[in-house]
Amino acid sequence: MDFAGAYSIDHLKFLLEGFGLTLYMAVIAIICSFIIGAVIAIIRYAKVPVISQILAVIVEIIRNLPLLLLIFFTYLALPDIGIKFNPIPAAIIALTIFEAAMLSEIIRSGLNSIDKGQIEAARSSGLNYIQTLWHIILPQALRRMVPPIVSQFISLLKDTSLAVVVSVPELLHSGQIIYGQKQAYLVPILLLIVMMYFVVNYALSILSRRLEVKNT
Amino acid sequence: MKLKKWMKMAALPLAAVIMLAGCGSGNDDGNAGGSKDANVLEKIEKDDKIVFGVKNDTRLFGLKNPSTGDVEGFDIDIAKALAKEILGDESKVEFKEVTSKTRMQLLQNGDIDAIVATMTITDERKKEVDFTDVYFDAGQSLLVKKGSDVTGIDSLDGKTVLAVKGSTSAINIREKAPEADVLEYENYAEAFTALKQNKGDALTTDDSILYGMADEDPNYELVGGTFTEEPYGIAVKKGNEDLVDKLNEALKALKDSGEYEEIHSKWIKQ
Amino acid sequence: MNFAILTENMDLFLEGFKITLISSVIALIASLLLGAFIAVLRIAPYKPLNWFGTAYVEFFRNIPLLVIMLSVYLIFPLKGITAGTIGLIIYTTAFIAEAIRAGILSIPKGQLEAARSSGLTYSQAMRIVILPQAIKIVIPPLGNQFINLVKNSALLAAIAGGDLMYQADLISARTFATMDTYIFVAMFYLVLTIPLSLGVGYLEKRLAKSN
Repeated sequence: MDFAGAYSIDHLKFLLEGFGLTLYMAVIAIICSFIIGAVIAIIRYAKVPVISQILAVIVEIIRNLPLLLLIFFTYLALPDIGIKFNPIPAAIIALTIFEAAMLSEIIRSGLNSIDKGQIEAARSSGLNYIQTLWHIILPQALRRMVPPIVSQFISLLKDTSLAVVVSVPELLHSGQIIYGQKQAYLVPILLLIVMMYFVVNYALSILSRRLEVKNT
Repeated sequence: MKLKKWMKMAALPLAAVIMLAGCGSGNDDGNAGGSKDANVLEKIEKDDKIVFGVKNDTRLFGLKNPSTGDVEGFDIDIAKALAKEILGDESKVEFKEVTSKTRMQLLQNGDIDAIVATMTITDERKKEVDFTDVYFDAGQSLLVKKGSDVTGIDSLDGKTVLAVKGSTSAINIREKAPEADVLEYENYAEAFTALKQNKGDALTTDDSILYGMADEDPNYELVGGTFTEEPYGIAVKKGNEDLVDKLNEALKALKDSGEYEEIHSKWIKQ
Repeated sequence: MNFAILTENMDLFLEGFKITLISSVIALIASLLLGAFIAVLRIAPYKPLNWFGTAYVEFFRNIPLLVIMLSVYLIFPLKGITAGTIGLIIYTTAFIAEAIRAGILSIPKGQLEAARSSGLTYSQAMRIVILPQAIKIVIPPLGNQFINLVKNSALLAAIAGGDLMYQADLISARTFATMDTYIFVAMFYLVLTIPLSLGVGYLEKRLAKSN
């Protein structure tokens, strides 16, 4: 094991660049998937006819497939029907679709956990349905959903590592290139990669617990 | 308190804008290939640059140098020389990483204009893409740890052979050594790491790539010579005969001027 | 859709399906046992045990499964399917431990005290009184973990594990029928995961009613 050689300045810079892309993909996918997930959840909660049934089927299919399959599908199969993406957008899109399906289920169960009587009370005090959802139901539901949502974000950040299979130069890919050079780099580089993911995800999980304590 | 409420209200539209910007730019990237049936040569001339798909993990042919971030190797130098012949300047190239598994699709998508990535010309592949003349003659061989009891293609019964997904060598080895177990990996870096970690008795692919690995780690050597012919060609999207002609002319010019020999001897020592 | 891709490669699809199934089931059983063990460590009345349990869960929950699998595969002399299954166990144990801990904590504390005062040791009280009740509560989240296991087993493909996803890669590389291959392989996964998902949904509803 060659720790000194493995952790040379050039290698560290190379890994950090990869990690930068990992975080970039995660942030975009988190924002997009949260918004899409919330919209799906609200449509299904409000039981908009037809659309909510169609969404239910799509969500059920997507969240029951391996993310790896979705990434390959987006990148390698969709071009067969004329929809084409570069590796990074393909990975972000696959991540977004997958996590949006997962998040929509979390948000929907959060919405369902709010006492329905509150809707009637709010409506009878003159708010319309949308206002009721926006001002009364959503804020309460979101508060309850903070821990599962944050752990979904952590999952997403971890899942960006799967982009390595379509040659996205993210953290794990950078690592593979370095440890591919010399056997003695293998363990040190794997250790460093583990620590980089751990530090960011652990910080997120601590943040989630703080928010949870504050809200209760 | 007031500030908090304000932030809450601002957060959502802000998030929406970031999302649109983020997803939007993603889509722009995605459509960079242009429409499906556009003529690739015209596109190259219009953009004044050629986008080549190259390997990033194959020593001597296309390897990303972690220190500089540049890709280096025989394929890279050939690609640059071709750009110089066709567009007059070797800097008018862009390299995108491909693997044996992803290169066909990237070409069909229009993400890349041509593949210069240790790609063997086969009849099967000719149905999907057009190839130029041969620009490198390789042959499939075996890489083993020095002192291994694997001495060639005939001594593989019951042994485990490592290969890379999507490569011709993975298909060939099953025909030539039907009694061997074959394991396939995502890329050569992983396959060689697996060999070094004793996941198999031999690694099989083109000798040119194996020389690069033996060059990197002297504990490994090629055995048994070559047992297939693997003529490398440059692949372009089907129906672009004009681009194929252009590339063939450029290749011929490189060979005539001696520049091809120079590049060959710079990278290939054996 | 070209069904010839499916029929001509049925052997490979079925081989991959078998490995995906075997790997997921073994990983489920092993991580259930280990997860229950870690969960008990986390709530046992000894600080060092708590600390160990917490460290395990926090560490392995926060790193990518693919990195765990690659590390197990490349560092230890194991085959892809073995290393991949071990990776799945290491990772899933952390999540199952959390689910079981939450289940145990939802049992009123008085029951443990009552059991102890009736002469049971701590581990007996856990085994006989607390865990059986906790398991009922944690069955739906465990079902979800099993679904995740089936999906996550696709990562075996990256270490030549021979699972469904790996076979799909090989088939699509040989036939060039990428779209068809991935659609067929998706169906194989859905055959496993959709019934599980419906089952979990049903159990969740029933549990919500009984409360």
